[in-house]
Amino acid sequence: MGTRECKHICGESSQGIGEAGRTGEWRSARPVIDHDKCTPARQNKPACFLCWLYCPDAVISKTIPVQINLEYCKGCEICAQVCPTHAITMVNEEEFSS
Amino acid sequence: MKRSSVLNVADRNASVQILDGNHAAAEGAKLSRVQVVAAYPITPQSPVTETLSEFVEEGNLNAEYVAVESEHSALAVCTSASIVGARTFTATSSHGLAYMHEMLHWVAGTRLPVVLACVNRAIGAPWNVLNDQQDSISQRDTGWIQIYARNNQEILDSVIQAYKIAEAVYVPVMVCYDGYILSHTEMPVDIPSQEDVDRFLPPYKPHTTLDPAKPRNYNLVTLANPRVNAEGVLCHGYMEIRYLLQEALQNSRETIARVGQEFGELFGRSYAKMFWEDRLDDADIVIVAMGSLAMEATVAADMLREEGHKAGVLGLRVFRPFPKSDLVKALKKSRLIVVFDKNISYGLEGATCSEIKSALYGSGANAVVRNFIVGLGGRDVKARELADAVKKSLSSMKEGVLNNEYPEWICEI
Amino acid sequence: MKTNAVNLTETEYVLPGNRLCPGCSVSLAYRHILKALEGQVIVTVPASCLTVLHGMYPVTSVTVPCVNTPFASTGASATGLIAGLKALGRTDLTVLAIAGDGGTYDIGIQALSGAAERQDDFIYICYDNEGYMNTGNQRSGSTPLGAISGTTPILGKQQNQKDMTAIMEAHGLPYVATANASYPLDLYDKVRKARAIEGTRFIHVFTPCPPGWRFPFSDTIRIGDLAIQTGWDILYEVENGAFRLTSASASVARKGNLRPVREFLVEQGRFKNLTEEQINQLQDRVNARWQRCLDRATDLS
Repeated sequence: MGTRECKHICGESSQGIGEAGRTGEWRSARPVIDHDKCTPARQNKPACFLCWLYCPDAVISKTIPVQINLEYCKGCEICAQVCPTHAITMVNEEEFSS
Repeated sequence: MKRSSVLNVADRNASVQILDGNHAAAEGAKLSRVQVVAAYPITPQSPVTETLSEFVEEGNLNAEYVAVESEHSALAVCTSASIVGARTFTATSSHGLAYMHEMLHWVAGTRLPVVLACVNRAIGAPWNVLNDQQDSISQRDTGWIQIYARNNQEILDSVIQAYKIAEAVYVPVMVCYDGYILSHTEMPVDIPSQEDVDRFLPPYKPHTTLDPAKPRNYNLVTLANPRVNAEGVLCHGYMEIRYLLQEALQNSRETIARVGQEFGELFGRSYAKMFWEDRLDDADIVIVAMGSLAMEATVAADMLREEGHKAGVLGLRVFRPFPKSDLVKALKKSRLIVVFDKNISYGLEGATCSEIKSALYGSGANAVVRNFIVGLGGRDVKARELADAVKKSLSSMKEGVLNNEYPEWICEI
Repeated sequence: MKTNAVNLTETEYVLPGNRLCPGCSVSLAYRHILKALEGQVIVTVPASCLTVLHGMYPVTSVTVPCVNTPFASTGASATGLIAGLKALGRTDLTVLAIAGDGGTYDIGIQALSGAAERQDDFIYICYDNEGYMNTGNQRSGSTPLGAISGTTPILGKQQNQKDMTAIMEAHGLPYVATANASYPLDLYDKVRKARAIEGTRFIHVFTPCPPGWRFPFSDTIRIGDLAIQTGWDILYEVENGAFRLTSASASVARKGNLRPVREFLVEQGRFKNLTEEQINQLQDRVNARWQRCLDRATDLS
């Protein structure tokens, strides 16, 4: 079957999550949240959310508790760097492989 | 600005005015109800942009006129305006067209029906503002349809048809006409009524559009191989998108003919053929040329006829798509084909000649083909010179050589 | 209500799993730019890192409509979009042209200047990572003195950056601002403000580039902040000619404690060959620019 079925006559793209694939596979270390330290979880109300604000890849949810989409998180560590309560630590991916 | 006077009214729907080629192009754009015009002044195109800005400022044309800072931007404006769904027009010449080169590819690759009037002018260095066709010929491979007008009526008619063609096949159209010889020469031009043009040319329907309601992203990096989209549909690779452009140009021949015929039915001037013929029925010598040069060639044919030669003229109107099979049919009886080119593909020959030869290959025709380079940078082309070149070719035929390695130049070197 | 991380919209217009490097500040800035425009936008982008973010046909990581345009034509493409929309009677959409520093300071300056002189109605955002990063880090008109790049590989760049924001301000625009990816809320507020203004609006966004500047990608936010604290980058806006320092730069000005530019420079591998003389030159340049800003700021009492 040929490509005509897509009906494009020029380079016309539509949106899709994971355009570059599962970018979580790029990661060498994983952010792990300690919800005992994380402000929204601790206070059980919307607060802080700096990790969500600064995440370049929009993989952190603005929820209680905050969640990280590990399928696409590239492991840049920015969330851990900006967290005022040091609730996020980077754990080497090898520790999860077993 | 000089306003032309109405000579007579042929019927209630049309008027004949004395117009130069640039005004004819501007009238054609206005009658086509262009919505966005972006242009940058260059000799000899400038009166087109001046006339269109006048139409807009006096309220006779409901369009956005964008006085851009360069030709590259002129075509970039037309590209983006076209993709949101506006009918767009630009005009340029020579260096301006060369400066647009990148955008010419971009427009065709995005399959946008932009119409561009190219007022043919020589390209530097050295500077020269006069006519030849090196500018548009140099843009041959950008994926645009190219139409060459032989007189001012054809300029106006071709601009109107260009929109109908472009918007049917989603390929941009360049309407080319000779600088000064047509652009600054006044001739009677039958101007159709807006009502009739509206009947002929429906509003522009874009093949796609930019809208947050259905967000699409155009011209992203495209891989060599096909790739599936988020819905799992296999989409093109770069090469398939190129193929579709070639296919659209191949198929556009039928559309150009159909639109030309419809135009004829409505306005009495048919453009159903890709080229026009003068006395080809009994001719065994055929002169081939494009634009106003082909008109001059008819005078040369008169001279040759008076001298007992069965000469005719084939005036090429549509250069891309190249009307290969139709040309072969029209040329099959000839024993000598003399091609006059106002351009040169350095290191080989005139572009029209190369195309004619390639069309004849394998057709069974074994006519002698001769090529002359004429009229570069405004050098005057006299009918007598064309006729003499034909006679010179006739005598060289006796040597039995079908094809000379290089063209001859009619100049004084 | 002041925008903060808690009340900022959750709607995202940049999807996860895009092609940009980990820790990319362009991706971060773009998230907040598009949030500010609430999706009611048509974007035009030239060749740049943002093209990489937008993805490869037939899939895009962005949920707003966009047309990619050749490198030199971003300003003109924006003009075309707005002219087309106007001709069709659509006035509800914002046109956003967004390009890198190469596409703005260098190859795109003509089309941008033309559009700005015409006062065409769009927002132009230059994200400045101080070099041609998409092609692997070559020198641009925004690469700083002394920085090592692919085309200044040994000696570092021998010339200073040009001040593009000042050039744009000289066009007499209704709104000119600078922003920094490390201050996304300030960026968001400026785009919101620009959205409501008519005419050509220009926003310069400072976007640190981990691979190009040679610092760990976890440090993106800290490097951007260091640029503010040292005065290397200054946050301000000029609204109809009125100059105002904003956000962290206003705080730095009030406290009067600009940190030495050396603190910003030593963090980045691109500056490893700087001479003391060059560091002094850069410090002098920062001081002079900072003083000009202080002189212009009228609200620092």
